[in-house]
Amino acid sequence: MLQEESDLSLIIAQIVQKLKGSNLYAQLERQAWACLQRPEIKLESLKEDIKEFFKISGWEKKLQNAVYSELSVFPLPSHPAAPPEHLKEPLVYMRKAQGSWEKRILKSLNSMCTELSIPLARKRPVGEQKELLSKWNEMGTDEPDLSLFRPVYAPKDFLEVLINLRNPNYENGDSLSFRTHLGLIQVPLKVKDIPELKEFFVELGLTTGQLGIDDSTQVPPELFENEHVRIGQKVLAEQDGAAAQQYIRQGSPTALRADLWALILNISSQPEDILYYEQLKTNVIQHDLLVDSLIYKDVKLTASNDDYYFVFEDYLYQVLLCFSRDTSVLGHFAYNSASPPKSYIRGKLGLEEYAVFYPPNGVIPFHGFSMYVAPLCFLYHEPSKLYQIFREMYVRFFFRLHSISSHPSGIVSLCLLFETLLQTYLPQLFYHLREIGAQPLRISFKWMVRAFSGYLATDQLLLLWDRILGYNSLEILAVLAAAVFAFRAVNLMEVTSLAAAEAVLADLSTLKVMPLLQIFLFATVT
Amino acid sequence: MKIGTSTESGGGSFIGLLSTINGTLNRMSVQTIRNVFSVETGYRLSDDQIVNHFPNHYELTRKDLMVKNIKRYRKELEKEGSPLAEKDENGKYLYLDFVPVTYMLPADYNLFVEEFRKSPSSTWIMKPCGKAQGKGIFLINKLSQIKKWSRDSKTSSFVTQSTKEAYVISLYINNPLLIGGRKFDLRLYVLVSTYRPLRCYMYKLGFCRFCTVKYSPSTSELDNMFVHLTNVAIQKHGEDYNHIHGGKWTVSNLRLYLESTRGKEVTGKLFDEIHWIIVQSLKAVAPVMNNDKHCFECYGYDIIIDDKLKPWLIEVNASPSLTSSTANDRILKYNLINDTLNIAVPNGEIPDCKWNKSPPKEVLGNYEILYDEELAQGDGADRELRSRQGQSLGPKGGRSRDLGRTVLTTWK
Repeated sequence: MLQEESDLSLIIAQIVQKLKGSNLYAQLERQAWACLQRPEIKLESLKEDIKEFFKISGWEKKLQNAVYSELSVFPLPSHPAAPPEHLKEPLVYMRKAQGSWEKRILKSLNSMCTELSIPLARKRPVGEQKELLSKWNEMGTDEPDLSLFRPVYAPKDFLEVLINLRNPNYENGDSLSFRTHLGLIQVPLKVKDIPELKEFFVELGLTTGQLGIDDSTQVPPELFENEHVRIGQKVLAEQDGAAAQQYIRQGSPTALRADLWALILNISSQPEDILYYEQLKTNVIQHDLLVDSLIYKDVKLTASNDDYYFVFEDYLYQVLLCFSRDTSVLGHFAYNSASPPKSYIRGKLGLEEYAVFYPPNGVIPFHGFSMYVAPLCFLYHEPSKLYQIFREMYVRFFFRLHSISSHPSGIVSLCLLFETLLQTYLPQLFYHLREIGAQPLRISFKWMVRAFSGYLATDQLLLLWDRILGYNSLEILAVLAAAVFAFRAVNLMEVTSLAAAEAVLADLSTLKVMPLLQIFLFATVT
Repeated sequence: MKIGTSTESGGGSFIGLLSTINGTLNRMSVQTIRNVFSVETGYRLSDDQIVNHFPNHYELTRKDLMVKNIKRYRKELEKEGSPLAEKDENGKYLYLDFVPVTYMLPADYNLFVEEFRKSPSSTWIMKPCGKAQGKGIFLINKLSQIKKWSRDSKTSSFVTQSTKEAYVISLYINNPLLIGGRKFDLRLYVLVSTYRPLRCYMYKLGFCRFCTVKYSPSTSELDNMFVHLTNVAIQKHGEDYNHIHGGKWTVSNLRLYLESTRGKEVTGKLFDEIHWIIVQSLKAVAPVMNNDKHCFECYGYDIIIDDKLKPWLIEVNASPSLTSSTANDRILKYNLINDTLNIAVPNGEIPDCKWNKSPPKEVLGNYEILYDEELAQGDGADRELRSRQGQSLGPKGGRSRDLGRTVLTTWK
């Protein structure tokens, strides 16, 4: 009891500390001073009156949303004496693996740099700055020669690293039993089974209305959709972040989605935010980074060729180039097992005073990175808001998809969850695929790393991402991956090679995600 | 049995599709159509022959005739005192203003000059009446650029009227809705099986055609066709043309984007308006159309949406391109032809042109009934013709039109 209380007060203290530096704090202070002139504020009951004022004027709600938002991101409670590395990642072997993976990436980046004799960063000459500024809205047409650049790594390289992860303290013996995990991931992390998932995802159950199922043409809107839309509008009117997160578990109506996501992520476009974005834009204009070319290449290879997202190519540059220069992103490394790569000013290798993070936001893009941003372009067409939403989505969710950690939403757990679900509930299929050399994870890994972006139709993808926000977890990606295999099981049982299995699962664009998830979780006999 | 298919501007491959129908497939060019229906040749189609064009389809598909017919239709409604012809305080039609201000050249040259002088900074688009695929189109913003068409230009006295090609000049929509900074237009397929009573179907899988270059209304870019003309025939020669997606978006993508960024009501209203203008354009030409019972026609409607979410009818094509520029495109066009023939030729059997042209619901495929005059005039049972999500395709609204009631709220 005492431990819980002290945990709670520790968390409260940390959140207060965090919020004190925020814009909201300054605004609340200003409001408090301003309201002193109001007649209802009396000196005797100053504190209560100001609190009452905040409640009525909606500022309490804003504070509530901010606190709730912090709680969503806050790492799991830990011992007060735990060192900061533990907040990033409690398991030592995972930290070590992440560290050596990072070294490899950095080595690859540096060697590309030396090979092509391009500096990691350089200041642009004035003429070039002017040119870029004039072309800011159509960077897609100015294609530099990217043939010599290659992506620093692709998801399949990362998969190989995960496959070789081992816990040195774990000995499972050589004897095979029916408990042996037959998949590629061989680390003993706890993952949920279907009964636990059913509980966790209870709002996706058969008796609860869903957007993505109960708004289809055959179902009259009076049964569910109209009421659901009405509630959504109410939630937005109240500006209640916690309620929005609960509401969106049943899916968001298309017209309300942009606002609901902004509410849940606690993004409100203040003038300071727009200014901040403009500042980042200036940084892009003034300095050229090597990662810029990587970003260009990635967009050209992925989003530009995508049927849904090619239209937004220029927005992607505007977001991603600014993202690389945003040092506020460094904050998320406190709870990310990864660490930002360090680079040293020329000639001062090893001297800490001359170390800088490279790129400034510490995130090196890989092949497919731009697909995290692309679906958001359907919702936000104002660059600074689009930027904020993407940044928040990244530091809350997407970073977990390409760093090695034991977090339940981390990619390692997702892979293990996927394989366990398949092995437990579709053993025949799993065994068959394994026999023909088509380990299921080899196919589904790329889906999960990209959170299915570019594989599903956009409206379905947005319904899926609604649930990621609603449940504040990425586990749904693993469940969906398993559900897709279950759906195509009959065809998969007939294939005899990895290539044929890939072909069966090559096109997911016609799939409807909510029925698949519902059937897999709630309607399959277990 | 003959099934004639026109291949004027790019024919797809029909042969595989018609394997279900016994008989010969003849490729019929527009010239052949003219011959078939011409009074001089004395050719008569027999009952088991159907053709995929109406004899005088040009009333709808030639740019100048389309505008003429719509203008006439509007005046007629005005004379009747129909509520549809209601105008606002500036004299603009409230419900029938869906074609940009257009003049025929050289016939209306003087009228055009008057209009041009009213707003001299406006841009106008010159289009040859009888061409397609963006051929011969250019933009002007100065009278001097179209001197040749002026009636009293020096050349005209020595040159006969017929050698001066007929053009239409329309007010250029210089505030198109932009997505990702690019201009696009909508290509929608509409099948008409009969004009009197009017029965038309809209293909659900229309698409948007994007320009490869960012839109700019600046005068320096007026000559850059890659900025202004969305025809694939033009865009595919651009530097940035991509063969994988072909610069095309599905209409459902457009809908998702608009609903997410603008809201559901205005998006529903936009699509309602699009259906409305298609039906009105067909109604406008219905009285002059030779409603030969051997005919059906699948039109390609080109629509542009401006930044106030108002749709404009640009033109109607009688022979929409059936070639495909991407893999998805090929599938779409294949299904289009398949569904069209399923509706036009029931059951894949040898047709009898005397049939009632009322196909059962199951064969519609990706088509939806856009407007059925018979049903609209009948009572009830129009529920099956209405689809969800605010897309009230026609009959309910249409019915009140025909009976002259002022219930316009179902559409607007």
